[in-house]
Amino acid sequence: MIEIKGLTKQYGQFKALDHLNLTLDAGVVFGFVGANGAGKSTTFSILATLLAPTSGDALIDGKSVVREPKEVRQLIGYMPDFFGVYDQLKAEEYLDFYGASYGIPAAERKKLIPELLELVNLTHKRDAYVDLLSRGMKQRLCLARCLIHDPKVLILDEPASGLDPRARVEMRDILRKLKELGKTILISSHILPELAEMCDEIGVIDGGKLIAHGNVATIQAQLQGEKHITVKVRADLASARTFFEQQPHVVDVHIEREAVHFMFKGNDEEQRALMIAALQSDINVYSFSEDEKDLEDVFMAITKGADAR
Amino acid sequence: MSKWSNPVLIKELKLRFRSFKSISGLLFYLAALFVSVVGFLMLATEFTGKGFFRPDESFMMFAMLSGLQMVLVLFMTPGLTAGAISTEREKQTLNMLLTTTQSSFQIISGKLLASIAFLVLLMLAGLPLYSLVFLFGGVSPAQIVSVFMAYLITMLAVGSLGIMFSTLIRRTIVAMITTYGVMIFLSGFTAFFFFITTSFTQSMNTPVLEPLAYIWAAINPAMVIVSLLAPEIEQELLDATNISISLPLVYFIVYGCISIIALWIATKRLRATK
Repeated sequence: MIEIKGLTKQYGQFKALDHLNLTLDAGVVFGFVGANGAGKSTTFSILATLLAPTSGDALIDGKSVVREPKEVRQLIGYMPDFFGVYDQLKAEEYLDFYGASYGIPAAERKKLIPELLELVNLTHKRDAYVDLLSRGMKQRLCLARCLIHDPKVLILDEPASGLDPRARVEMRDILRKLKELGKTILISSHILPELAEMCDEIGVIDGGKLIAHGNVATIQAQLQGEKHITVKVRADLASARTFFEQQPHVVDVHIEREAVHFMFKGNDEEQRALMIAALQSDINVYSFSEDEKDLEDVFMAITKGADAR
Repeated sequence: MSKWSNPVLIKELKLRFRSFKSISGLLFYLAALFVSVVGFLMLATEFTGKGFFRPDESFMMFAMLSGLQMVLVLFMTPGLTAGAISTEREKQTLNMLLTTTQSSFQIISGKLLASIAFLVLLMLAGLPLYSLVFLFGGVSPAQIVSVFMAYLITMLAVGSLGIMFSTLIRRTIVAMITTYGVMIFLSGFTAFFFFITTSFTQSMNTPVLEPLAYIWAAINPAMVIVSLLAPEIEQELLDATNISISLPLVYFIVYGCISIIALWIATKRLRATK
């Protein structure tokens, strides 16, 4: 459904995107992960035909964003990371305007708009002025706007940013419904655990380059050999930190939430040796546990690796 | 999408007529016209409330109103158009508009037509005050129609320039200042250059006026009103410059070309993706 081929965007000397390649099948929910300025929004802007690439191309359902932008616009629903709404326009009129902008006949719009408002749980706000809606409601309304022309692909740039937990859950439920409808969805986010739950595939972008791509389990497997260890001790934390800093295969020792945390790069036997050494020392270990890696850790580890390069 | 449908135009009209700014603008405009008409009548009758108001005085009132209305068109059009695209950009609604399947020309023309529709409404709302001149005679309906055509082409050209600057310049305030600058050039500087050129010719004691003076006069909005209302003044200028093409005709052609070029640039640059 989506094929990105050698996509590059350069602003003077600065490369916002550097030969990005990515292929996504129809119906996939793809999570685009990266720090601010990594190139997520640039990629999405190019896919949404708002920005021309310096080189390379992207095909959406076989249509080129460079050569056939009008056809691409019919295929995509785009939600920018920051967006505004028109003052003095009601929710229903807002959707009607965008429906008309996609050339949907008035009679069809009349039928469609209540269905979309229901999908995003805004039926009760159909006569409310858009600029008076809460941020979460605006986000949902914007999502309904993206859907008005029944696009095959949804490009959602940080759809959950700035939302309170309840609004975030509501947004996630709607996206789940859209996934069931068979839409191909591209979401960017820095709220990683949420992406992990919803996405079939994850791509990590850093410095304009795609540095990892696969399902969540595949990406986590890339980190095999690195374990996050948390140690709780009775003695003072500073001396425990000093102890672990002196041990082999231990890196990134830090104190957080009344415990010592570090990354262990050794094998199981070496880990056992470390535990014995800790128990025999005078730091009085209460517990020694291996953390479950979540996507946040994966992201931090991968992007740190990229920085080092 | 139907070739003639224009969602932006409909949305803009809806938003414009819901805003308090539009109502207050209309009131201000009508108040200015009303004060001018009543003031003129009072002056003509020497504040006695009775006496004669002759057809030639009625013509003077029409000329004064026409000039006033041209000034209002020149000052209101940049204000209505120079924020059309840049405000969408500032309010972060432009990107969503650009990802719809509307053509760039549809968006640009929708914005321009909505502003012109509001200005035409102002003109129509002022018609009852204008009709007073018919009560006293001295003005032909053809003159009124031609003067209104001059307003229309002027608002089209200045409006197109406003939309063009709004597309090219990111910030509304800068786009507005630039549009007002061009408007002041077209109305004020051209008059200034016209007088400079004629004074220069007179000082040289040459019988024929420089063609440059004709060009400055032909693109000046005040001069087109004068030409339409007092053809004898236009004839004097034509005789002096030895050019026989009517001034309003050149005005309409030049302002028509300005509109076409400005709209073309705005349409091309709206979806500039560099």
